Amino acid sequence: MGKDVKGRRDFIGMALGGFTAIVGGIPALYAMKRSWDPLPSVKAAGFTTVDLSGAQENVLNVEKWRGKPIFVLKKSKDMKTDPRDVIVGKDHFHVSIGLCTHLGCIPAYIPNDHKFKCACHGGEFDASGHQIFGPPPSPLEIPPFKVDGTKLVLGEAGPEYKKMLDDGLTV
Amino acid sequence: MAHFEKAKNLNEWLDQRLAVNTLKKVMQTEYWIPKDINFLWAMGMVLAATFGMLLVSGIFLLMYYKPDTNLAFDSVNYTIMSEVGYGWLWRHIHGVGASLVFLIIYIHMFTGIYYGSYKKGRELIWLSGMGLFVAFSAEAFSGYMLPWGQMSYWAGMVITNLFSGGSLEAYGLVEWIRGDYVPADAFLTRFFMLHVLLLPLAIIGLIVLHFGTLRIPHVNNQEGEEFDYAESAELYKAGKVKESKVIPFSPVFLSKDVFVMGVYFLLFFYLVFYHFEFAMDPVNFDPADGLKTPAHIYPEWYFLWSYEILRPFSKDLGLIAFAIAQVIFFMLPFLDRSPNVAPASRRGLFKYWFWAMLIDVIVLTFMGKLPPTDALFATIGLISAVLFFVLWIALPFITKSEKKL
Repeated sequence: MGKDVKGRRDFIGMALGGFTAIVGGIPALYAMKRSWDPLPSVKAAGFTTVDLSGAQENVLNVEKWRGKPIFVLKKSKDMKTDPRDVIVGKDHFHVSIGLCTHLGCIPAYIPNDHKFKCACHGGEFDASGHQIFGPPPSPLEIPPFKVDGTKLVLGEAGPEYKKMLDDGLTV
Repeated sequence: MAHFEKAKNLNEWLDQRLAVNTLKKVMQTEYWIPKDINFLWAMGMVLAATFGMLLVSGIFLLMYYKPDTNLAFDSVNYTIMSEVGYGWLWRHIHGVGASLVFLIIYIHMFTGIYYGSYKKGRELIWLSGMGLFVAFSAEAFSGYMLPWGQMSYWAGMVITNLFSGGSLEAYGLVEWIRGDYVPADAFLTRFFMLHVLLLPLAIIGLIVLHFGTLRIPHVNNQEGEEFDYAESAELYKAGKVKESKVIPFSPVFLSKDVFVMGVYFLLFFYLVFYHFEFAMDPVNFDPADGLKTPAHIYPEWYFLWSYEILRPFSKDLGLIAFAIAQVIFFMLPFLDRSPNVAPASRRGLFKYWFWAMLIDVIVLTFMGKLPPTDALFATIGLISAVLFFVLWIALPFITKSEKKL
C-alpha cells in the first residue's frame, strides 16, 4: 500500500469516526441523559396543600411533599419570631424541609428545648431552623410555598417565599 | 479454506478448530508462577471463586426478586426467605459473600502493598485492581438498595446526597441520579439494572484486564526478586523442577490455591449457615420509610473507614477528604518514589508506614461504627482521619530517602 493511499485511508477512517461520533454519539448520550431524568409524572406530583387552621402550638406536624418530610411548627408566644417564619393571620409558623442540611437525615423535634436534633451526626437547629450545633452548614431549607387563606400550598412559589429567597433566607 | 485432516479423537478435533492445546499451554501448563510465594498469593483465585458464588446465588435471587418499591421488601423477606425452596440459602450466600469479598479484597490489597507488587512494570496490575475495588464498591452499594428496607433507603439518601457537592448545592444532579426528588421507584429500578447488568459486566471486563496485566510483568514473589522466567521455565520443562524458580499455573499453583480455597470456604459456609446475621443489618428488616430516619445510619463494615474520614470534618472539607480517600490508593505506584521491589520489612521507614496505614484503616473502621455523640471516640476518629492524610503526604518523602537495596 502506497504512502498516500494509507494517508487517504486514515483520513477517511478518521472522518467517518468523527462524523459518527458527532451525529450519532452525542445525540445518543443526550438520549441516555434524558432517560435518567425524573419522569413528567414525578414532576407533576410535586404539589401538596396543608391546612394550618387546626395546628397546635409547639407541636411538630410532619407533612409529605415530593417524598420529603415537611416540618410545620406553630410557634407559641414565648418562642422567638424570625424573618423565616411563615405568617398566617396572627400566627407564626416554622415551615421547612425536614432533612438535615448535612447529609439528609430527619432531625427530631424536642419540644422542651425548642430545638431539632439530628441523630446521624449530632447536628442541631433552633425552632426557626437555624443551625446551632454540629456539622450542618446551613439552616433547614424552606420549601416553595404560597399562603392561601389558612392553607399552605407547597411546591408553588408565593410572594412571601420569593421575598425570603431574595433576602437569602433560604436556597 | 484451511486444510483439515480427519481427527482421531475429540481433543484433536477441537484442537484443529480452536487450538485448544495451544490455549491450554498459554493459559495453564506454561503460564509460569514464581515458586517463592505463600498463602497470601492465593487471594486472587479466592476472590474469583467468591465472585462465582455471588454470581450463582444472584441468579437464583433474581428469579423471585421484584424491583418495585411496593413489592421489593416482601419479595426478599417473604417470598425468597420463606416460600422459595432454599431461597434463604441463596440470600445468605449472597449477603455473606458480599461481605467476605471485601475482606479478601483488603487482604489482597495490603499483600500487594507489603510486597511492593505495584511497582516497576506492575502499575497496571495495581490500577486495574483498584478499578475492581471501585466497581465492587458500586456493586455492593447498588445491591444494598434492593431489599428496600430502612437502611437501603437511608443509605441511598445519604450517598446520593454526597453528589450535591456540599456548598455547590448541585441538587439537580442528585435528582437526576435518583430520577425523583427522593429515592423512589425510578431510583430502585435503575440501581437494580446497575446491580444485575451494567456493574457485573464491568467487573467481568476488569477481571479479564486484571489477569491480562499480570501476564508480562509476572506475579511478584516474596523477595521481589527479578529473574529470567524463560530460563527457569526451560529448567522446569527439562524436569529440573527443584532448580527452577517457577511452577506452572495449572495444575501446580492451582492445587495450592484450591487448598487455601478449601480453608476459606470452611469459614464462608460456617458464616452462611451459623452467622449470616453479621451481614444482615436488623434495621434493614423494617420496610423503607421516607418520613422516619433510623437512629444511627452507618454503612456496612467495609465502607466504615472512608465513612469515618467523611464524618469528623465540616461538610465541604469532609466531602473533599472523602473524595480524596476514595481515589488516593490509585496513586500508590506514583507516590512511592523508591525503586526497591521488596517486602516492607526490608524497606526501612516504609515498614512503619505500612503498619501505620494498616492500623489506621482498622481504627477508622471501628470508629465509623460508633455513634457520633461520644467525644472521646470522635477525637480518636478525627486523629485517625488526619493521620490517614499525613501518611499519604509523607509517602513520597520517606520512599525517596529509602536506600537502594
